[in-house]
Amino acid sequence: METAQAAEGHTGKANGIGAYLAKHLREYGLLFALIAIMAFFQIVTDGTLLRPVNITNLFLQNSYIIIMALGMLVVIVSGNIDLSVGSVMGFIGALAAVMIVELDLPVYMTIPACLIVGMGIGAAQGYFVAYWKIPSFIVTLAGMLVFRGLSLWLLEGQSVGPFPKSFQLLSTGFIPDIFGIGRPNGTALAAGLVAVALIIWLGVRDRTHNRRYGMELEPPAFFFVRNVIVAGALLFIAYKLSTFRGLPNVLISMVLLTVIYAFVTENTTLGRRIYALGGNEKAAKLSGIKTERLTFLAFINMGMLAALAGLIFAARLNTATPKAGFAVELDVIAAVFIGGASMSGGVGKIVGAVVGAFIMGVMNNGMSIMGIGIDYQQVIKGLVLLAAVFFDVYNKQKQG
Amino acid sequence: MTPLLEMRSITKTFPGVKALDAVNLSVAEGEIHALVGENGAGKSTLMKVLSGVYPAGSYDGEIHYDGHLASFGGIKDSESVGIIIIHQELALVPLLSIAENLFLGNECARNGVVNWRETFQRTEGLLRKVGLAETPSTLVDSLGVGKQQLVEIAKALSKDVRLLILDEPTAALSESDSQALLDLLLELKAHGVTSIIISHKLNEVRRIADSVTVIRDGAVISTMDARTEDITEDRIVRDMVGRDMAHRYPARQRRAGEPLMEVRNWNVWHPEHSDRQVIRNANLTVRAGEVVGIAGLMGSGRTELAMSIFGRSYGRNISGEVLMRGKPVDVSTVDRAIGAGLAYVTEDRKSLGLILDETIERNITLANLPAVSGRGVISEARETQVAEKYREAMNIRTPSVFQKVVNLSGGNQQKVVLSKWLFAGPDVLILDEPTRGIDVGAKFEIYNIINELSAEGKGVIMISSEMPEMLGMCDRIYVMNEGALVGEMPAEEASQERIMSLIVRV
Repeated sequence: METAQAAEGHTGKANGIGAYLAKHLREYGLLFALIAIMAFFQIVTDGTLLRPVNITNLFLQNSYIIIMALGMLVVIVSGNIDLSVGSVMGFIGALAAVMIVELDLPVYMTIPACLIVGMGIGAAQGYFVAYWKIPSFIVTLAGMLVFRGLSLWLLEGQSVGPFPKSFQLLSTGFIPDIFGIGRPNGTALAAGLVAVALIIWLGVRDRTHNRRYGMELEPPAFFFVRNVIVAGALLFIAYKLSTFRGLPNVLISMVLLTVIYAFVTENTTLGRRIYALGGNEKAAKLSGIKTERLTFLAFINMGMLAALAGLIFAARLNTATPKAGFAVELDVIAAVFIGGASMSGGVGKIVGAVVGAFIMGVMNNGMSIMGIGIDYQQVIKGLVLLAAVFFDVYNKQKQG
Repeated sequence: MTPLLEMRSITKTFPGVKALDAVNLSVAEGEIHALVGENGAGKSTLMKVLSGVYPAGSYDGEIHYDGHLASFGGIKDSESVGIIIIHQELALVPLLSIAENLFLGNECARNGVVNWRETFQRTEGLLRKVGLAETPSTLVDSLGVGKQQLVEIAKALSKDVRLLILDEPTAALSESDSQALLDLLLELKAHGVTSIIISHKLNEVRRIADSVTVIRDGAVISTMDARTEDITEDRIVRDMVGRDMAHRYPARQRRAGEPLMEVRNWNVWHPEHSDRQVIRNANLTVRAGEVVGIAGLMGSGRTELAMSIFGRSYGRNISGEVLMRGKPVDVSTVDRAIGAGLAYVTEDRKSLGLILDETIERNITLANLPAVSGRGVISEARETQVAEKYREAMNIRTPSVFQKVVNLSGGNQQKVVLSKWLFAGPDVLILDEPTRGIDVGAKFEIYNIINELSAEGKGVIMISSEMPEMLGMCDRIYVMNEGALVGEMPAEEASQERIMSLIVRV
């Protein structure tokens, strides 16, 4: 039996590119799906999708979903779910509005206070999930109702705004051109180049490491093509942004957060333990991992990110409305599952969740430009989610 | 008397193992027939063949029941002729009532509409028969194990049982509940019900059985008739364990040093039934370089003892003291227990030992991630080196350490679990059934690893249901029964007979 398995492993290598692609279909599939969807909408919208102003809008519109998807990925990998993020996001937006607009508190105090409240909300929900073993679905369903109600109460059913300029910068500000060129924006171009250089450097470094330890290597052609596509896309976007107003502030926070979360989940003991917790909670516990504390932390983190998303969302709309964040949790959860996370926990990647969020975002945006009604939009989004997960399950069955 | 049941020359093979080898079993109508043997001897397999869990065609041999050649395709077939099996793990739905459980899948219903009046009436009748004074609407959840056992029997009666098979029915019962159950079996016998009872408790066997069949290593060793001869417990024990000890164990040097770990006055209560004491006042010592065995039957509390010591992973209201090198240590959480120098290799590697969908590498480093990381950041290079080191040292057969463990064979999975715990650097390893479900070759490798560990001065506690393995590997053996350590002996004085008699005579 052992020899049979060993042989299987070897033939997997011997078949080369075909086998490699079959095994990693999911990862490439996601990237190509995003590209295909963008190409499709680019064509059917007569080039509107990739206009500089629309690309800028895409980032602004989806920033809060992507930021919450980072936290949601962690929660889902740990084997839980958080249905309350939309309500929490709305509640924090309302809280910020009340603090700034009605109580005249300064922005520099309000932002940290709101983040702390978000963490507190996460802690409260995480406490019941982690230490009382109440299913997260139930706890956060309760949270969803509670915070939806609390934002209505805070705002007394009214919209509260507008915000001062300094608060709006959270979302609608742009990084000035440090090179003084103006248009095209030098900072945006430089940032694009730096990002490309970093990605290629990291890719090459990984490859040398993998070769040294005899890990499965991506076929060179794949490595090359994939990097060319990613680099090309980044430079293209950087260029487009530079011809409009440059880099939005929120894009910077998004990229920074994505990098940090990708690093923490993939390279630290903390991240590894979260995957272990989701993969097999009992085995993780018997390996000395403090599973309760990790679950607790995952929810605190989620609360903080939901609060940040709420601030960004309120800043973008320049007002807090009782409707803010309504049903957003579903978009966030869908993004994470489209990105390849598993409902049972232990599987999923930050980059996947971000790409998943972009897929949802591009579809929303593209369909709106096309003038497709909200009715069909929902249907199509639902089907895409189902298709993505079906693709996962189907692949797994074929391999298993 | 004509036999109600005759199993002729039953042979059942699993891949690589002959579980039953030409077994003959004859049960006369109206008798109580006891089936005894060690864990893994083949008793349960034989009963699964009889009840159709292993359908006709998946084994060789013939089953004659009630004068006809029977071929059961499933449990439904055997139940339809009155053969009912009650398993050790009761198959009741806890949050349904007694009445609902009795008629589950067999409801008194017309066109899918349940007739509750009839259900309750018939339930009352059945409960009276088994002597259970509960109302039919009582939730099964609220009954103790003994009463649940009676509900199972009532359920069997509702199906017009002729041949009742009970798999260790008294294993989880208190003394008085056991007596009540045995009385019930005698009463059923008076009403013409034939029973086969699988039991380890020889005093019970002697009390109620009309005949006894001893199975060992998948073959019938002896059949005794209590009506014509005197069956002594000694004779049963001898037949149960009397196999020759082949050279299946590597030679080991005895070099017990200073006491490494001591457990004092350890008491543990059941996590759910707070009135049930699972471990009673256990005391044990492990010396440096010593392999200490804990012998006992399944359910005797060995795993519970080990897991309760290892970070209170089992039970509640735990009291007692653990000392390492003479100093009391805190073992109240798993990471503290690891810190104190303990490691526990679980008996259930798939659900408690491994993250099956993760790689070999990541499983090996899981219990000691700080050793492959700096300031919380994992060094992939160091991690891979560690994994490669253990792959070589433990001879884990795999194309690469990046293989998922789900793809490995049982023996190799076990080596991954062992690697994980060796990498955690313990002083004392508790190995719970370390060779369960793995092939002979891999077993020998694991024995060698155990010997190497003790040669390095580590202490090893080995829990095993295979007595020859205990005798072949251990320096000293504790015997556990019903949560208490009932005996202790050096290996040279130990024998299977001595251990078994300590267990069965309590």
